[in-house]
Amino acid sequence: MDFQVVVLAGGTAKNLIPLVSKEVPKALLPVANRPVLSYVLEHLEQSNLKDLIVVVEGQEAAALVGNWISGAYVDRLHVEVAAVPEDVGTAGSLRAIAHHLTAKDIMVVSGDLVSDVPPGAVAAAHRRHDAVVTAMLSSAPVSGPSESGSSTGKDKTKKPGRYNIIGLDPTRQFLLYIATGAEVEKDIRIQKSILRAVGQMEIRADLMDAHLYAFKRSVLQEVLDQKDTFHSLKQDVLPYLVRSQLKSEVLLNGAPQTEENGNQKVNSQSNQVTLSGILANASTPSFHQLSELGTNGSTRRTHKCCVYIADNSKYCMRLNSIQAFSDINRDVIGEASRLSGYSFSPQNNIIHPSAELGLKTTVGPHCMLGEGSQMGDKCSVKRSVIGRHCRIGSNVKVANSVIMNHVTIGDGCSIQGSVICSNVQLQERVNLKDCQVGAGFVVTAGSDCKGEALAKKEK
Amino acid sequence: MDPRRASRTVSDPKIRQVGFFAPPPDRSFSGPPDPISTSTPNPAAATTTAAAANTSSPPPISDLSPSGNSLSPVMIPPPRHSSDTTHRPVPFPPVSPLRRDTLSLTVGSYNNNNNNIISSSPTASFYDESKGITVKVSPTPAASSFPGGGFDLTAVKASSVPASGLTTVSVVKTLPPGFTEKVGGSVEMQNDLPANSKPLKERTSKAERRALQEAQRAAKAAAKAEGSKLSATTSGAVASANAKPTKATKPSSQKNDSATVASSEKKGGDRPPEKDRKKDAPHPRMQYDDKSRVEKAKRRAVVKQTEARNRVELFRHLPQYEHGTQLPDLESKFFQLDPVHPVVYKVGLQYISGDISGGNARCIAMLQAFQEAIKDYSTPDEKTLTRDLTAKINSYVSFLNECRPLSISMGNAIRFLKNRIAKLPLTLSESEAKAFLQSDIEQFISEKIILADKVIVKHAVTKIRDGDVLLTHGSSSAVEMILLHAHELGKQFRVVIVDSRPKLEGQLLLRRLVGKGLSCTYANINAVSYIMHEVTRVFLGASSVLSNGTVYSRVGTACVAMVAHEFRVPVLVCCEAYKFHERVQLDSICSNELGDPDAISKVPGREDINYLDGCTNSENLQLLNLIYDATPSDYVSMIVTDYGMVPPTSVPVIVREYCRDQVWI
Repeated sequence: MDFQVVVLAGGTAKNLIPLVSKEVPKALLPVANRPVLSYVLEHLEQSNLKDLIVVVEGQEAAALVGNWISGAYVDRLHVEVAAVPEDVGTAGSLRAIAHHLTAKDIMVVSGDLVSDVPPGAVAAAHRRHDAVVTAMLSSAPVSGPSESGSSTGKDKTKKPGRYNIIGLDPTRQFLLYIATGAEVEKDIRIQKSILRAVGQMEIRADLMDAHLYAFKRSVLQEVLDQKDTFHSLKQDVLPYLVRSQLKSEVLLNGAPQTEENGNQKVNSQSNQVTLSGILANASTPSFHQLSELGTNGSTRRTHKCCVYIADNSKYCMRLNSIQAFSDINRDVIGEASRLSGYSFSPQNNIIHPSAELGLKTTVGPHCMLGEGSQMGDKCSVKRSVIGRHCRIGSNVKVANSVIMNHVTIGDGCSIQGSVICSNVQLQERVNLKDCQVGAGFVVTAGSDCKGEALAKKEK
Repeated sequence: MDPRRASRTVSDPKIRQVGFFAPPPDRSFSGPPDPISTSTPNPAAATTTAAAANTSSPPPISDLSPSGNSLSPVMIPPPRHSSDTTHRPVPFPPVSPLRRDTLSLTVGSYNNNNNNIISSSPTASFYDESKGITVKVSPTPAASSFPGGGFDLTAVKASSVPASGLTTVSVVKTLPPGFTEKVGGSVEMQNDLPANSKPLKERTSKAERRALQEAQRAAKAAAKAEGSKLSATTSGAVASANAKPTKATKPSSQKNDSATVASSEKKGGDRPPEKDRKKDAPHPRMQYDDKSRVEKAKRRAVVKQTEARNRVELFRHLPQYEHGTQLPDLESKFFQLDPVHPVVYKVGLQYISGDISGGNARCIAMLQAFQEAIKDYSTPDEKTLTRDLTAKINSYVSFLNECRPLSISMGNAIRFLKNRIAKLPLTLSESEAKAFLQSDIEQFISEKIILADKVIVKHAVTKIRDGDVLLTHGSSSAVEMILLHAHELGKQFRVVIVDSRPKLEGQLLLRRLVGKGLSCTYANINAVSYIMHEVTRVFLGASSVLSNGTVYSRVGTACVAMVAHEFRVPVLVCCEAYKFHERVQLDSICSNELGDPDAISKVPGREDINYLDGCTNSENLQLLNLIYDATPSDYVSMIVTDYGMVPPTSVPVIVREYCRDQVWI
């Protein structure tokens, strides 16, 4: 269908420290014991998009991601990995691979997207309107653990306006305004010309930019070439295109080509005019066409910025914070279990056959226990993910937590709402609540932590 | 309107049967025709013979010709269209590099990359052959652990960010080296899987095929033996034999297969091959009240079709789906539909969402999409272009038909294109053939649509005088051009635009006309009887003009024409000749299109008057949103076509003398 797919897998994101490290870049963070990038790749594979370019920040991260993909997707996908320097931003990443982009339209997907919204729908909306850019929006997720009663209220109040402010036209097909929630302080400025052309604008704060875009390649490359300062797609390129949609500065289809000579030319051009006239008159004009005509007869060039709003029944979430990490882990084995690709047991949980459970140990629903993990007696696990080859002692309580691979947990520990990375050692009677423990950390016996990030000091 | 109207010229029961013709039981009839056979109880054969005889110079038994009263008086010697006689130079195929070619270059380099990985030698020299950029191999720290090695490419353009090379980390193994298609081999295989790419013909049983073959063979022999004079009767027989298998392929045909076949067969023995005739016969329409057929069609369908529940009894045979479910489903399948070319897909989406409507616009959009598709087409190995491309076009057409039923004008255009493909000289190379077809399509658009419109404007403008009040209904591109041209000529006239819900297309026309400075009046169709007092001419557009003079057009046209006729106001229908069809239709029931029933039950933006909100799912409520209606020829004073202004009774002449030549060369 003449689409090229670029997956921006990022590097070691700063806001996910201590979960990410040199060994585990963001793309490889496990969600239900699978790297988060696999959700994107498999989702694209289901849509028959098997030819992908994955862009990773940093050479080492690229090597890690490349190794993992070559192991997991050989024979299934045709993936190329490109390494870009760190801190070039999403726009910079695309600049770096610009010379590999040849198709008519480019689909840019963030590597941390966990979603089941068909990317084809975005592409189709893009094509149908012949848009310059089409963004996918989804309803903003309610963050925070939904089960653990008291903390829910707190979490909600903690995060106001973290998402986007989005202006839509009455048909909800075109994007008129977009700003990231963090940027908005008191007031937002909306262009009068756009408002005048549309007549009515719907401003929504309950939508989230899912960071899945379809771009027209020629326009994208032109913008990237001309605007050197643009750093991020979401914060620079997209708002720029939206802002300038009624006074387009980008060349849409190149100059109209006329190769005939002599009097044929005049004739064919007038035919062309009639032709486009018939086509234009046939459809209901969007506000772009109306404003193109203008009031004083002068034609202005416009381009279209479209949106595709995902259905509420679809799951769509980005792994861009620690909170999101626990939320996604919880959802993938919980309410959005169709995404995980695992088959659930009658008890609604996944316990690998090689996992060993001690006496009187219970694993509740919406839980996952990786292969080779061992648990002692009288443990209880609720709504948590436990990775591979973990050794868990007796009398351990785990709730709403993510425990990665090769973790050793001593007897009598209690872990709530925490993320424990690989190779961590928890000694006896450790009490953790809402903590993040970085890879390889050793928590000494009897310590009691609440809301802390524990990680090894970088040397 | 009412087919039993007394004043209708077409009132002979024998002719009526042409419209709803059921094939006679004796389909094996193929012997040498004797004079009695013309009066066999086969009304279709009889009428076709008569109709056919009209063209061949000696009309044998004029008493037998029941269509004489309305059809035969018009006997104009067939003038030739200029485009036939003057041979158009075949444009040399432009050696424009196709997009696919450039694509394959890079892909080739990717595959080189694969080979490199396999041989584990991190050479990156292949990049400069495709891109012409300088490449230096720099072993990065990652190279030791990394299969492909890291490349450091200097960018083509100096940008702030150093360009990065791609490293293939995972490949689909089935991809052979040097494979030019960008998508993997697995995708290629899927091309054959969906059923819609299969030819529909396979459905006939063996016996039916044999029957068809025998009938054809016999007909051919008879045609040769008897010569041109008697071949007309043979054609009738063949037609009846021919109609049967097609009927088996598709559901029960209510249409006049044999009539159309015969009318195309009028020239007699100089066009013997049966396959031509097979193509000429219109495909019998799917009857959507036939459950088993619908099920079958649904399985083939690309577009998900949920049938609407409460359909009006009389219109059950027409397709009607739940609107609103098709588009999201089709959208989500965007990348799965490989057999459909992206441009065709886009046009389909635009049809389904109503972004493109109107006969001319839909036809142009479709043809341009086909043009693009042909441009990107390459014949697969061991297949011939003629056959494979026809199959491809067929699959596109069926896809578009699922998006929205094709209009008659589109059907004509498709037939033209398919004939062009079939008639391609075998000596042409692939690129020449493609260029030939593209220029054919281009020519069709410019001659049949744009130039035709210009000629129509030229003719119709002569009928506009100063002080006229012109009425039009809906939004017709031809009428709009006429009005604008008359205004440019400086004629003083006023325009009344009559509009109707739910589409309110007239408002768009109104907006454009007012923008150009015409003085306009806008009224709803409810007020047509009032406004008609002051009107001096009515100009109407048409979706199609059928050979009995019936004008098949946007719903409401018949009402406007009837009121105008009652008020003795002349009604001029503007229609390009490529929209003419030899079909005969007496009412707007047997062939029509159903729109979204919600469109008439809901008024957007007016929640306060949406009284039907709760009851649309009620068993007792059936909503009917017809798209077209048929205006009887009595109400039409004149039809303005690119061949001049003719009375509606002359339509068959144009169909006979021009359309066949143009469309089915």
